[in-house]
Amino acid sequence: MRQSGRFGKFGGAFVPEILVPALEQLEAAFFDAQRDAGFNAELQNLLTTYAGRPTPLTKCRNLGSERTRIYLKREDLLHGGAHKTNQVLAQGLLAKRMGKTRLIAETGAGQHGVATALAGALFGLETKIYMGAHDVARQSLNVFRMELMGAEVIPVTSGSQTLKDAVNEALRDWTASFADTHYILGTVAGPHPFPLMVREFQRVMGKEAREQILEVEGRLPDAVIACVGGGSNAIGIFTDFVGDEGVELIGVEPAGKGLSGHEHGATILRGSPGILHGASTLLLQDSDGQVTESWSISAGLDYPGVGPEHAYLKDIGRARYVGCEDQAALDAFVLLARKEGIVCAFESAHALSHALELAKADEDKILLINLSGRGDKDMLQARELLK
Amino acid sequence: MSRYAEMFQRLAQRNEAAFGAFLMLGDPDPLTSAAHLDACANGGADMIEVGIPFSDPIADGPVIQAASVRALAAGARVDDAFARIAELRAKHPAIPIGILTYANLLMARGEARFMADAKAAGTDSILIADVPSLEAEPYAKWAKEADLDLVMIAATNTAPDKLATIARLSSGYTYCVARAGVTGVRDALELDHASLFAGLAEAGAPPPVLGFGISTPEHVRAAVVSGVAGVISGSAIVRLVTEEDSTAKIEAFVREMKAATAR
Repeated sequence: MRQSGRFGKFGGAFVPEILVPALEQLEAAFFDAQRDAGFNAELQNLLTTYAGRPTPLTKCRNLGSERTRIYLKREDLLHGGAHKTNQVLAQGLLAKRMGKTRLIAETGAGQHGVATALAGALFGLETKIYMGAHDVARQSLNVFRMELMGAEVIPVTSGSQTLKDAVNEALRDWTASFADTHYILGTVAGPHPFPLMVREFQRVMGKEAREQILEVEGRLPDAVIACVGGGSNAIGIFTDFVGDEGVELIGVEPAGKGLSGHEHGATILRGSPGILHGASTLLLQDSDGQVTESWSISAGLDYPGVGPEHAYLKDIGRARYVGCEDQAALDAFVLLARKEGIVCAFESAHALSHALELAKADEDKILLINLSGRGDKDMLQARELLK
Repeated sequence: MSRYAEMFQRLAQRNEAAFGAFLMLGDPDPLTSAAHLDACANGGADMIEVGIPFSDPIADGPVIQAASVRALAAGARVDDAFARIAELRAKHPAIPIGILTYANLLMARGEARFMADAKAAGTDSILIADVPSLEAEPYAKWAKEADLDLVMIAATNTAPDKLATIARLSSGYTYCVARAGVTGVRDALELDHASLFAGLAEAGAPPPVLGFGISTPEHVRAAVVSGVAGVISGSAIVRLVTEEDSTAKIEAFVREMKAATAR
């Protein structure tokens, strides 16, 4: 491996020895592709003509106030319905470049599964998606979308039957299949080079948003706010602002039914250092190191680990992390629909909810929110919850 | 001399390869687990490998995953695992005992303390399934401080520079993987290990012991012919754990497998 994949004391490549050659091949392909003008041109073309980049930056007309302006980075408008498509197109191209014929992926809410399925269809690669059986049940529309695009969805019945177990199963598949298979990990977690690579493929969101806000406001935002499950949409929008000292970076974790209990997914706020899915990071776990089950109203945030770079940004104090409970997220979800005519994903509603809290102070502020996905997938669940 | 070195020397004189039996500690409950460990020793296992159950065992196939789930559901704690090892050690003073587990359990307890507790219980070696050669350096230091052998995994796709790292950092034996993938029972064994064994020998790595998919006496015989110092059978033993008369069945299976280790 050319790099150790460390973010401070976090990161690394904690995988069975058998997988090391697969990670080394991927790291080499990624670094080569980054320097390859042809690769970058093809990716740029796909992002523009297929996925719909750049996505707009929308100023809320009714939420916020004259003084506190709320801007939404509209990843909900990206093809596939969420930011996941950005990096999946890039990894799909990498898979082709490495000569792989098969894609595997894990998915929680199903958004990464949908993105991988569309890449599989687009690039003509056989695609298998591992999804916790519990998530299959609560995200049935996304399961159908994946199958419609030709992917096979495998319900994972081990453990908590959610995202964590789907990652375990995808890793197991990959240890036997890496010769012809690329594992498209869906977030900035997992072993090196995934956290670095996924960040680089997702930072286009922050790059665009930074240019867009400078154009409309003539200055940088006071805060950039994003929800954090594994953390790819947050890292993606944070990265180009990390060097801007005056810009506060705020990650919003799923506080579920409350941070005082165990039914949440607030890994950074309530977790401790540990090693899961190939990386040293922060985890929700018991005193023996058994990883505990997380909870969130949103399947995409229901993960007891977090990308190692978030653990690092927290450690060095560059980003701040807060919690948003299920009910507050649901309230924000409804409010955005009523006031702005935008139906966002439950995940993104967590970020919006925190922004609305900040906006109550009515200070002269610009708040930039990553609206990471649209809410179509959450319609059935929302209808039940709002009865 | 370490228990592994003594064992390999003794077996070489008898012209036999080592047979290692694997069980998950606390599976399905503490008492039965202790009886099964005894059955392995009584059946003639030369070395015993014990898993300490982890919630997210990414290197394990369905059989050993299920064993971890059963043990954790029965309330298995890391402290219990060390207590079980201490009991086994008291009954069988000479047999090498190795731990197979995952890095997070070490980190949660503190790696140095985990290794010291393992040693105090009577453990000879530790293999951490998700610590590859890339990450092994600090673990080798902790193991050395605790006077434990750090056992590492080598596969047919492991590059020469990694084999050199394994040779430098590991001791006891080298856990060679019989095929790509996770642990589990297989009908046929892939045996394309000549170059791996040669590479390990050239690097000066500890003796090669083959695991992953060793489930019949035929597998054992084929492995022995290929030049291994030993074999480890895991899933094939663990799948007997939930059967009726499991203790007798495990002892009989181990005896049958051990009988196939003659060169």
